[in-house]
Amino acid sequence: MGNYPMAPPQASNFAFEHDLIFYSLVVLTVIFTVIVGAFVLFFAFRYRQGNQVNRSRPFHEHLPLEITWSVIPLLLGLVMFFLGAKLFVNMRVPPKDAMEIFVIGKQWMWHIQHSNGVRENNTLHVPVGRPVKLTMISQDVIHAFYIPAFRVQYHVVPGRYTMEWFTATKPGEYHLFCGMYCGTQHSEMVGTVVAMEPKEYAKWLANGGNTAVPMSMEQAGAKAFSVRGCNNCHTGSDTERAPSLYGLFGKTRKFTDGSSAIADGAYIRESIFNPYNRVTQGYSYQTMPAYAGQLSEEEVLDMIAYIKTLGSPASAATNAPATGVMGGGVNPPKTPAVGAMGARESAAQPRTNLAVGALSRQNGEGR
Amino acid sequence: MASVAEDHGHGDMVVHVHHQFENIDQQNESYIVGMWCFLVTEIMFFGALFIMYILYRWNYQQDFYGAHLELSQPFHMFGLQEFPIWGSINTTALLISSFTMVMAVRAAQLRQKMVVLKNLGVTCVLATLFLVIKFTFEWPPKFQHHLVPGPNFHPHAEVLHGAAPRASEIFFSLYFAMTGLHAIHIIAGIGVIGALMFLWNKGATSVTEDYVPTEMIGLYWHFVDLVWIFLFPLFYLIPA
Amino acid sequence: MSAPAIEASELTAPHEEQKNYLNADHTVASWLLTGDHKRIAIMYLISVSFFFMIGGIFAGLIRLELISPTGVLLESETYNKIFSAHGIVMIFLFLVPSIPAVFGNFLLPIMIGARDLAFPRMNLASLYVYWLGGGLITLGLLTGGVDSGWTFYTPYSSLYSNSQVSLVIIGIFFAGFSSIMTGLNFIVTVHKMRAPGMTWFRLPLFVWSMYATSVVMLLGTPVIAITLLLVFAERTLHLGVFSPELGGDPVLFQHLFWFYSHPAVYIMILPSFGVISELMANFSRKRVFGYHFVAFSSLAIAGLGFLVWGHHMFVSSQSMYQGVVFSLVSFLVAVPSAVKVFNWTATMYKGHIRLQTPMIYAIGFIGLFTVGGLTGLFLACMGTDVHLTNTYFIVAHFHYVMVGGAMMGFLGALHFWWPKMTGHMYNDTWGKFNALLVFIGFNLTFFPQFIVGFLGMPRRYHYYYIAPEFTPYHIMSSAGASALAVGLIVPAFYLVSSLRGKRKASANPWGAHGLEWQTASPPITLNFVETPIVTDEVYDFSHMDEYEQRRGTAEMTHPGEGLQQDKNLDIVGTKEDK
Ligand code: HEA
Ligand code: HEA
Ligand code: HEC
Ligand code: CUA
Ligand SMILES: [Cu+2]
Repeated sequence: MGNYPMAPPQASNFAFEHDLIFYSLVVLTVIFTVIVGAFVLFFAFRYRQGNQVNRSRPFHEHLPLEITWSVIPLLLGLVMFFLGAKLFVNMRVPPKDAMEIFVIGKQWMWHIQHSNGVRENNTLHVPVGRPVKLTMISQDVIHAFYIPAFRVQYHVVPGRYTMEWFTATKPGEYHLFCGMYCGTQHSEMVGTVVAMEPKEYAKWLANGGNTAVPMSMEQAGAKAFSVRGCNNCHTGSDTERAPSLYGLFGKTRKFTDGSSAIADGAYIRESIFNPYNRVTQGYSYQTMPAYAGQLSEEEVLDMIAYIKTLGSPASAATNAPATGVMGGGVNPPKTPAVGAMGARESAAQPRTNLAVGALSRQNGEGR
Repeated sequence: MASVAEDHGHGDMVVHVHHQFENIDQQNESYIVGMWCFLVTEIMFFGALFIMYILYRWNYQQDFYGAHLELSQPFHMFGLQEFPIWGSINTTALLISSFTMVMAVRAAQLRQKMVVLKNLGVTCVLATLFLVIKFTFEWPPKFQHHLVPGPNFHPHAEVLHGAAPRASEIFFSLYFAMTGLHAIHIIAGIGVIGALMFLWNKGATSVTEDYVPTEMIGLYWHFVDLVWIFLFPLFYLIPA
Repeated sequence: MSAPAIEASELTAPHEEQKNYLNADHTVASWLLTGDHKRIAIMYLISVSFFFMIGGIFAGLIRLELISPTGVLLESETYNKIFSAHGIVMIFLFLVPSIPAVFGNFLLPIMIGARDLAFPRMNLASLYVYWLGGGLITLGLLTGGVDSGWTFYTPYSSLYSNSQVSLVIIGIFFAGFSSIMTGLNFIVTVHKMRAPGMTWFRLPLFVWSMYATSVVMLLGTPVIAITLLLVFAERTLHLGVFSPELGGDPVLFQHLFWFYSHPAVYIMILPSFGVISELMANFSRKRVFGYHFVAFSSLAIAGLGFLVWGHHMFVSSQSMYQGVVFSLVSFLVAVPSAVKVFNWTATMYKGHIRLQTPMIYAIGFIGLFTVGGLTGLFLACMGTDVHLTNTYFIVAHFHYVMVGGAMMGFLGALHFWWPKMTGHMYNDTWGKFNALLVFIGFNLTFFPQFIVGFLGMPRRYHYYYIAPEFTPYHIMSSAGASALAVGLIVPAFYLVSSLRGKRKASANPWGAHGLEWQTASPPITLNFVETPIVTDEVYDFSHMDEYEQRRGTAEMTHPGEGLQQDKNLDIVGTKEDK
C-alpha cells in the first residue's frame, strides 16, 4: 500500500509502546462499535414492526445488566488510563545523561542550538541511540514541537522553558511540524529531523553542522554578558551593588521574603527578565534593571550557559557531551577554555573573552 | 406579551399572575428559584476572577504587597502604618446597607410601607456614598499616578512601594477589573432599588401585597455586598 | 379562543383551519414581540439554520482548499480565517444553541404540561441577545475576519493577531448570555412548572437532558464570558493577565477557556442524548431501558464534565500530576456515556421497531457517537494524546461526536417534531434515503481523517506539501464532504416544500407517547386547552396499543395517509387526562 500509508514510521524509544497502546485502543473501539452496531442492526431487523416474533416479557430495568455494562468499561478504561499515564510520565522524565539541545520557536521558524554552538534552522540533527533532551522556549506565541515519527510533542511557550525528550532509534529523515496554531504561516513552520548514526553525528557536529558557527553558547553568552553591561555590577565577588554569579548555578539561594530556591536555568532567566520577583537576601528591590523585552531568548540561553561555567563544579559535566564528540575537522574553540577562565576570579576576564568571541561571532553571522 | 387577564389558578386576585403560572405561589417560587440561579451564575462570573487573583498573588507575593500599599491613603490608625481609610468606610457603608436591606424586607413582609421606603432609601444613600468615595477618592489618584494598566502605565517608583512594574500592572489590572465589575453591580443595584421604591411609593400591589420582589432584590443586594466583603481584604489588607 | 370552541370546530368541521400558535396572529410585530416559547423556538430554528449554512459554506471552502497539498485558491491568512470562522460559527452560533433553544424551547413546556416557560420575556430577550451576538460575529467576519481559531489561545489572540478578534469576542460574550438565559429559564421551568402528576421520574428523558444541559450552561458560561472579556481588555487596554509579555500566564487562559469549553461539549451532546432517548422509545414503542440510569447518567456527565478540562492541556506545560488526574476523570466520564449507549441498544430488544426517518438518524447517531466517543479515549489516554493532539485525529474525533452525534441528533429531532411544529408531514421516503446519504457521506468525510491524523497531519494546516503522502486521504475527505453537503441541502427542500404540501399531520402522527403528542399539531398558543393531569407513567405504550389497533399498523408506517380517520381518533387537547 505504497500510496496509502497507514502508520507513521516508528523511530524512537517511545514509538513502539505508543503504538501498542494505540492499537489496543483501536481494538477496543472496533470491538465495542461492532458489538453495539451488531445489536442495533439485529434488533432493528428482528423486532421490526409487523415481524411475528416472540416479544413476551420484555423488561425495562435490570440492575445486574446495568452494573455489568458500567463496570466492564470502567475497568477497561482504567487499564488504558494506567498504560497511557505510565508512558506519559516516562516521556516527561528525561534520563540524567540526556544530551541537551535548545529550541527556540518564533513565528514562523524553529531555531535550534546545539550546546557546542552549532545552530540550525528548521532542521534538527540528532544521534541515534542517545537520549536527547530539548529545552524549548518561544519568543512570541505558543508553538508545539512535534515529531510524529518519534511520537513526541510538547508546547513551546513564551516565558517559560518546556522540555521534551526522546531517543531516536532509526536513522533517517522525519517530519518536524509546528503543532500549535501560531498564525499565518503556521503550516510552514515545518522542517526535518535527521537522525544519524552517532559517528556521523559527531562528524556533522564537528563540522559545525556544515555551517561555520564556531562560537559556543558559553562564548556567545560571555560576550553578551559584557556587551549588555552585566559585568558592571556582577563581578568576581559579592559587592554592595550586586551578588557575584560565580558558582551560582546549582546553588540554593535565599530570598528576602524568606523563601529559597535552587538556581537553575529557569531561575536565572527569571532573575534576568524579572529580577524583583525574588530578591536575593542582602539586596534591595530595583537595583538591577529588568531586562524583559530587551534581551532575546537566544541571548538568555547563551548567558545561562555562560553563568553555568562560572566556577560551578557541575560545569564540566554539563558540557561533556558537547565537547566529547568534537573530533577532527574545523575545531570550534573548546568550551573548557571559558570554564577555566570563569574559574579565575577576575572581573576583567569576560572582556578578554569578548575579543575571541567577537571575531568568531562575525563568521557565525554569515550563516 | 400575550398575557391572559384572567387568573388561571386560585390565588388571590390582587396580585397579577402571569399567564404561564397557575397561581401566585408558583409564580413566587419560580422567581425565587430564578434569582438563586442568577446568583449562581454571578458567583461563577466573579469566581473566575478570584481564582485568577489567587494565582497571581501566589506568583507575585512581594509585588502584590507593595502595590497594595498604594490603595491605603497615608493615614495612621490602629497601630497600622498605612490604613485603608476609604476602603474601610466603604466596607462599613455596605455592611450597614445590607442591614437596612434586611429591615426593608422584614417591613415588606409586615406590609409597613413607610418603613420599607425609609430603609430602602438609606440603602440607596449608602450605596451612592460607596460610589462617590470610589470615584472621587479612590480611583482618581490612581489615574494621576499613572497606575491605570495599559500604555499609560508608568508609575513612579515611590507609588509602587518596591513592587515590580509588571507585577503591579497585573495587580492593578485585577483591581480595576474586579472593583469595576463590582461597581457596575452596585449601580445596577441602585437602579433596581430605585425602581422598587418607586413601586412602593406608588402603592403598586405587585410589591405591596407580595413581599417576594422586595426579598429578591434583597438577595441580590446581599450578594453584591458579599462580593465586596471578599474584595476588601484581598486588595486592601495584604499582609507583608 | 376558549377551549371548547376549538374542540367543537375540530369535531364538527374538520376542514376548517383551526387556530394555533402559528396562525394566531400574522403581523410581524406579533412574532418579534411574542412571549410564546413556540414562536421563539421557530425564530431560533431559522437563525441557527442560517448560521449552520454559513458554517457549512466555510467547511466547504476548507475541504476545497485541502484537496491539494499546496492549496487551491486561498492565501494562508484567508484559510486561517476560514477555519476560525467555521469553528466559531458552528459552535457558538449553531451547535450550542441548536437543540436547547429550538427543541428545548418548543417542547420543554409542552412535555411537562406547562403553558409556557417560567420567564417568557427573558426567553425573548435571549433570542435578541443571540441575534446581537450573531450580528457582531458576522460583522467581525465581514470586516476582516478572525484568525485565532475558535480557541483564542493567548498571547496570539490578545497581542499578535491583527484581525477582528475583539469584535468577535464580544459577539461570543453575548451569545453566551443568551445561553445563560435559556438555561436559567429551563431550570426554573422544570423545577416549578410541572403539571400535576408530572413527577420527576415521569419526565421524558429529553427533559432530563435539557435540565442537565441547563446546569452546565449556568455554571460554565459565566466563566467563558469573563475570560473572553479579559482577552478583550488585554487587546484593547493592554490589561495584561494572559500574556507573558505583560507578566501574565498564557496557560491560565487555557485553564479558564477549557473550564467552559469542555463542559460546553456536553452542552452540545446532552440535548442530543435526550433526543435519542425519545426516538428510541417512540420508534421501538417501548419504555427506555433503564430509565433511571439514563436520567442520572445525564447528571453524572454534567457533573464529571466539569472536572476534566485539563485533558485538552496534557502537553501545554501544565503539571504532570494535574494531567494524570484529568486523564483519570476523563476515563470515568466515559462510563455514563457507555451506560446510555447500552441502554438505548437494550431498548430496542423486543420492541416494535419502525424504521422511519427519525429512527434512521437515531441508529446512525448510536454508531457514530460510539466511534466518536471511543476515539475520545485515545485522547484522554495521555501517552497517545502526546502524538495525536493537534492533529486531524482530533478533528475527526470531534466531528464524529459533534456532527455524527450532536448534529445527527438535531436532524433526528427536526424530522421527529417537524409535524408537531408545523402541522405538516414530509415525505418519509425522501427522509430515509437522505439519512442514509448523510451517514455515508459523513463517514467518507471524517474517517480518513483518523488515519491522516495518526500519520501526523497537524490540524489548522493550510499547506502540507512537506508531506505529500497525506494527499489521498484529504481527497477522500473532500469527496465525502460533497456527499455530506448534498445530504444536508436536500432536507431543506423536502421540509420546506412540505409546508405547502397537502399532507397535514395529525396530533400524533407517529403514535408516540408524551404530552406534546396530546395537543394539536401545531399546538395552540397556550399549548393545552386545560392543564393536563398526568396519570400514566413515562413511555407507557401499553394503552397506546389499543390506539394502534384501531388505527392499523399499515398507516403508522406511512404517516400522513389515512388522515381522515386520524382526526376522529385523536383530537386536540388531553384525551385521557380529562
Ligand atoms: C459534542 C462534543 C464532544 C463530546 C461529547 C466529546 C466527548 C469526549 N471527548 Fe472530546 N472533544 C471535542 C468534542 C467532544 N468530545 C472537541 C470539539 C474537541 C477539540 C477541541 C479543540 O481543540 O478544538 C475535543 C477534544 C478532546 C480531547 C483533547 C485532545 C487534545 O486537544 O489533545 C480529549 C482528551 O481527552 C477528548 C476526550 C473526550 C472524551 C473522553 C469524551 C467522552 O465523553 C466520550 C465518552 C463516550 C464513549 C466512551 C463512547 C460510548 C461508550 C461505549 C460504547 C462503551 C465502551 C467504553 C469504554 C471501554 C470506556 N476530547
Ligand atoms: C457543530 C460543529 C461543526 C460542524 C457541524 C462541522 C462540520 C464540518 N466541518 Fe468542522 N470544525 C468544527 C466544528 C464543526 N464542523 C470546529 C469547532 C473546528 C475547529 C476549528 C478550529 O480549529 O478553530 C472544525 C474544523 C474543521 C476542519 C479542520 C480545519 C483545520 O484544522 O485546518 C475541517 C477540515 O476538514 C472541517 C470540516 C468540516 C466539514 C466538511 C463539515 C461538514 O459536516 C459540514 C457540512 C455542512 C454543510 C456543507 C452545510 C449545508 C450545505 C449548504 C448550506 C449548502 C452550501 C454549501 C456548499 C455547497 C459546500 N472542520
Ligand atoms: C545595576 C546593577 C545590575 C546590573 C546592570 C545587572 N544586575 Fe543582575 N543583579 C543585581 C542585583 C542587585 C542583584 C540581586 C538582587 C536580585 O536578586 O534582584 C542581581 C541578581 C542577579 C541574578 C540572580 C543572582 C542571585 O544571586 O540569585 C542573576 C542571574 C543576574 N542578576 C544576572 C544579570 C545579568 C545576566 C545581567 C545583564 C544582562 C545583570 N544581572 C545586570 C544588579 C545588577
Ligand atoms: Cu508555530 Cu504553529
Ligand atoms: Cu474535552
